[in-house]
Amino acid sequence: MTSVTEASTLSSAEAMRARRKARLAHGLNHAAATLQIVGLGWLSPLLRMAAGDSPRQQGRELWQQMGVPLTALMLFLAAWAWLAPQVNTSLGAIPGPAQVWEQVGVLHADHKAERAKEAAFYDRQAKRNAELLAKDPSAEVKTRPYAGKPTYLDQIVTSLKTVFTGFLLGALVAVPLGVACGLSRTVNAAMNPLIQIFKPVSPLAWLPLVTMVVSATVSSDNPTFEKSFLTSAVTVTLCSLWPTLINTAVGVSSIDKDLMNVGKVLQLSGPTMVRRLVLPSALPYIFTGLRLSLGVGWMVLIAAEMLAQNPGLGKFVWDEFQNGSSSSLARIMVAVFTIGLIGFLLDRVMLAFQAAVSHTGTR
Amino acid sequence: MTRDVIRDVIRLPASPRTALLSAAATLALTLGSAQAAPLDVEKDQLKLGFIKLTDMAPLAIAAEKGFFEDEGLSVTLEPQANWKVLLDRVISGELDGAHMLAGQPLGATIGFGTQANVVTAFSMDLNGNGITLSNEVWDRMKPNLPKGPDGKPLHPIKADALKPVIAQYRAEGKPFTMGMVFPVSTHNYELRYWLAAGGINPGYYAPNDVSGQIQADALLSVTPPPQMPATLEAGTIFGYSVGEPWNQQAVMKGIGVPVITDTEIWKNNPEKVFGVTEGWAAKNPKTHLALVKALIRAAMWLDENGNANRAEAVKILAKSEYVGADAKVIANSMTGTFEYEKGDKRAVPDFNVFFRYNATYPFYSDAVWYLTQMRRWGQIAEAKPDSWYDETARKVYKPEIYLKAARLLVEEGKAKEADFPWASDGYKPLDEGFIDGIAYDGRKPNEYLTKLPIGLKGGQAVQGGQLVGG
Repeated sequence: MTSVTEASTLSSAEAMRARRKARLAHGLNHAAATLQIVGLGWLSPLLRMAAGDSPRQQGRELWQQMGVPLTALMLFLAAWAWLAPQVNTSLGAIPGPAQVWEQVGVLHADHKAERAKEAAFYDRQAKRNAELLAKDPSAEVKTRPYAGKPTYLDQIVTSLKTVFTGFLLGALVAVPLGVACGLSRTVNAAMNPLIQIFKPVSPLAWLPLVTMVVSATVSSDNPTFEKSFLTSAVTVTLCSLWPTLINTAVGVSSIDKDLMNVGKVLQLSGPTMVRRLVLPSALPYIFTGLRLSLGVGWMVLIAAEMLAQNPGLGKFVWDEFQNGSSSSLARIMVAVFTIGLIGFLLDRVMLAFQAAVSHTGTR
Repeated sequence: MTRDVIRDVIRLPASPRTALLSAAATLALTLGSAQAAPLDVEKDQLKLGFIKLTDMAPLAIAAEKGFFEDEGLSVTLEPQANWKVLLDRVISGELDGAHMLAGQPLGATIGFGTQANVVTAFSMDLNGNGITLSNEVWDRMKPNLPKGPDGKPLHPIKADALKPVIAQYRAEGKPFTMGMVFPVSTHNYELRYWLAAGGINPGYYAPNDVSGQIQADALLSVTPPPQMPATLEAGTIFGYSVGEPWNQQAVMKGIGVPVITDTEIWKNNPEKVFGVTEGWAAKNPKTHLALVKALIRAAMWLDENGNANRAEAVKILAKSEYVGADAKVIANSMTGTFEYEKGDKRAVPDFNVFFRYNATYPFYSDAVWYLTQMRRWGQIAEAKPDSWYDETARKVYKPEIYLKAARLLVEEGKAKEADFPWASDGYKPLDEGFIDGIAYDGRKPNEYLTKLPIGLKGGQAVQGGQLVGG
């Protein structure tokens, strides 16, 4: 009797373990896909190892996912450190990784010093106002925001704000237009030449026009937005809406005809049709377009800021170039890496969105 | 001179504004000098533009030393890409005011380039520029120069020695190109004056041809200051006229040789001004006054005790948000030495003057001199009577605002009575400090134009690449 019960419990325990393992494997696979999307694919072999998968196989996988990129990065740094001092410009030698890293520290210290100055300013102001009020309780006291220089971190924040404003404006224009193009062959034929002509135009060509238009239309007394901010954002919009527009149009026009016929049979109204059928099935395409748009927008923004002297990372680069000091080149390199990293992160964020809305869950 | 007489000299039409001002002044007096109440400004958050040159110093010092704050102003200083962008942004209202070339408010007011009424109540500095030639040109030019007993070239170096070099370049089929920073910049007029004094024609402007290269022996074109050394190195230009630190930068990098400083071309010439639009000045009179007060204090700080504060000023200017060049490059000229050829360091104590010699007072005669040069080179296409020069100068230069600010500072005990030309009528006496010895009297611009060697005189005009009339 006992043996039977033992056997049955044993088998049920084994089954439980197998079930657990299967569940774990499924969870791991799911996690791996997600991690892959957000650029942390190298974590999944580690997780599998922890879960008890064959270490050898996972080790190979880990080398592929993590070891190779790291080695390549090391090689790049070594080559850079070796080659940089051999190029002599009029601003001194090209900085190597060490000098660039040093400037990261300097910029951070600058940021902290500026924040300290800001705090001191507010202290002084509070003291002044307190004294005034002590002398004359009815005195008018003013509190003013601090007017120091924007630090490197401030410039990054400004750039991000600008790019998202321009990008969202672009998306608001491009998605409806794209849907219209996809649904109607007439609209598509009308829009096509315009898209073809404007798509390849460089931001630098738009910039003077945008600057003039913004200057003419925005009042200069206490505008809601700074003119320079609007100039950059609108330039980003003009250059970044095309990928979204084209992809949306393609996505909408390639909807399954049967689906549309079902909609017609059910006598759905136009708006309902768009909302219920068109948009959901075109969503993966739309997000692919948005992802491309954001990449273009980020690239365009830096150029626009540089040329139009609008606050942000582009202006930081230009100002440093104008400074022409011995640390200028290293600081410009810091900006280059910052721009690259932020561009990469933005792309990853969009990719995650895209994966979330598309059916496949992968690229 | 008693105080009452002085008050008479600068008596201004009574208006609610002046009443308010004197009220503010008396208030300041009753509170005592240390506790002077700031003016009740119309706009207390300002954005001022500047170009990365050492002569923006008064702005940086006023910000760093808290002079703006003392006046109840919160000021953001923003570097600009080039002079055109700077002027456009002041006109469009994105900037409240800016560090400008002395020719910019004048040029804008008479409509050369952008038309807009820009005024100035504060002259920022004297001197501060130099002319640099590439190493190759210098090597060809050096044998033509008179030498002193120590074997070094005698200064000032005149353009006569450059004339044969330009001829050589032309014989080799190379046009002789030079850079300057802006068509209405001091640097352009100084370079033209220097070239013309040596018999080299720097070219004319005409209404339908604003390149300024008509009949030119030396072709001048615009290059932004910070890019001068790089452009010289690239061989696009053979020399340039620019403010500091870009002449000393050429020596440091070993790519060129500064041959002359502008104080040798015209002793103590006015250089930059602080400009605002006429509309802005009318709308914000007290803010304008407060700004001028802070700037006067900054200029005094820069020059006090025989330039004692210059070392500290260099440290401030070397910050990346201001000029940003290396401190040792900025220090050269700011502390009174100037390196010509590598190793040929000479003392030029007045290379940068911010307050001495009434540097900050906006003299009408300075404005008139710029206008004569605009006429000389054809930027002003037709002859104008002497009265027009005076009227234009008065339209742009506002010494009355300057003196009001100075008076407030004196009353607050922050400035000395003796430091300001209270009784001046805005015209300096006969000026004989030019490299070619031609004396300048600001009251007789047309007569002055006839004395200059190359240039438009009387009723002459440029038509179809030729000088006509007269």
